[in-house]
Amino acid sequence: MIPIDFQYVAAQSVAEAIRQYHQFSTSDMSTRYYSGGTEIITLARLHQLTMDAVIDIKPIPAAQVCSIVEEKLFLGAALTLSQITSHPMMSRAFPLLQVAVNEIADRTARNKITLGGNLCGDIIYREAVLPLLVCDSMVRIAGPNGAKEESIHRIFRRTMQLKPGEFIVQIATDKIYRCAPFFHVKRRKMGKVGYPIVSAAAIRLQDNIHIALSGVCSFPFRSRTMEDWLNQKHLPVHQRIEEAIQIIPPELILNDYEASREYRRFVLRTVLEETLHQLGSA
Amino acid sequence: MTKHEVTLHINGEDRTLVIRHADTLLDVLRLQCGLTGAKPGCENGDCGACTVIVNQLPYKSCIMLAIEATGHTIMTIEGLKHSPIQRAFAKCYAFQCGYCTPGFIMNAHAMLLHDTSIDEPTIQEWLESNICRCTSYEEIASAIRMAMSTMNANLPDNSKPNSPST
Repeated sequence: MIPIDFQYVAAQSVAEAIRQYHQFSTSDMSTRYYSGGTEIITLARLHQLTMDAVIDIKPIPAAQVCSIVEEKLFLGAALTLSQITSHPMMSRAFPLLQVAVNEIADRTARNKITLGGNLCGDIIYREAVLPLLVCDSMVRIAGPNGAKEESIHRIFRRTMQLKPGEFIVQIATDKIYRCAPFFHVKRRKMGKVGYPIVSAAAIRLQDNIHIALSGVCSFPFRSRTMEDWLNQKHLPVHQRIEEAIQIIPPELILNDYEASREYRRFVLRTVLEETLHQLGSA
Repeated sequence: MTKHEVTLHINGEDRTLVIRHADTLLDVLRLQCGLTGAKPGCENGDCGACTVIVNQLPYKSCIMLAIEATGHTIMTIEGLKHSPIQRAFAKCYAFQCGYCTPGFIMNAHAMLLHDTSIDEPTIQEWLESNICRCTSYEEIASAIRMAMSTMNANLPDNSKPNSPST
């Protein structure tokens, strides 16, 4: 049972969602946008999250989009991970994202978890962001000051940097990135469902590797400095990998019940090696 | 505590209920509707014991608000009668304590609603959504295969998987 009370409103349009947010705010009500809601429900049940109102963005047509316009793929933030994995277009349109989100949670949970929810969640892994980071995706945001489009790199710095009242409506990704050769790997402590020790999404573009990682630190990231080392093809592979790993401050590497810091570093090393081999950069 | 009147379509019937917006579907099904087939397990979206079918897709009812389900078709284990998967579970002894069984059956039933020619990796992928602490996984997978064969045997010849016209 969720021990707090909150008001639930389903918004039918972007404008209505913004209007509702404003209305709740002026009534001094703490408000959250709600999409899949899995994390909100879980944390509220554990007294780790409170709010006076939630605004469900699932009914908003713009947040349910899955279409290609002028070689850009637009994905609505309220699409469930299952909708992304099962959409007939996705295996050609953005196979890396399809593969990556298919590894998040389990089959039934993916019917509820949404793309936007995973990106904005408190969970430290947020693996749906990895393909967007390597593909330089753009994020379409709505808020009290209107609509805007921001680079994922500008809006996602460890967590989503949304201002009060803003929410993600869509993600846009160019063909040149989403159709590039890709590799995805997720290493868990055990089994096929669960959090990653290391999760990596990578593409090869103009003979360079783009790679983003989750599970290594308490936030997903893409590091250009790491990529620079990994792409130094005149150096032996092991040296490129060791130099790339050195970039991560040791104290930032997670050391928890899933894996010790040293084991995580070992897994990262093998993941980077596999990535370079799979993308023909070894 | 503010309560609101909502109508949920459950097992073929409209049920008008007075709920809090913060009530989960699991709590409403069990405490207000008396439908105790969906079980509270982890209440965290992990174990699948609370799985119900909404619009022909399986959902963990502990991580869905009841209010989200308004306007949708909800089916609980109580609404599933004489289905091939139920008979197959009994024939294959696909349970021990039985606590997880309704969740497994609803998940498996939803899978078979989608397709009756499912390969092993797909069965495994769907089953990973549920946990059986008695570890009856092999028997559960056998029950799914049995239900799938029964359903395929009952299909018209031209609709069977691998028939020349499919």
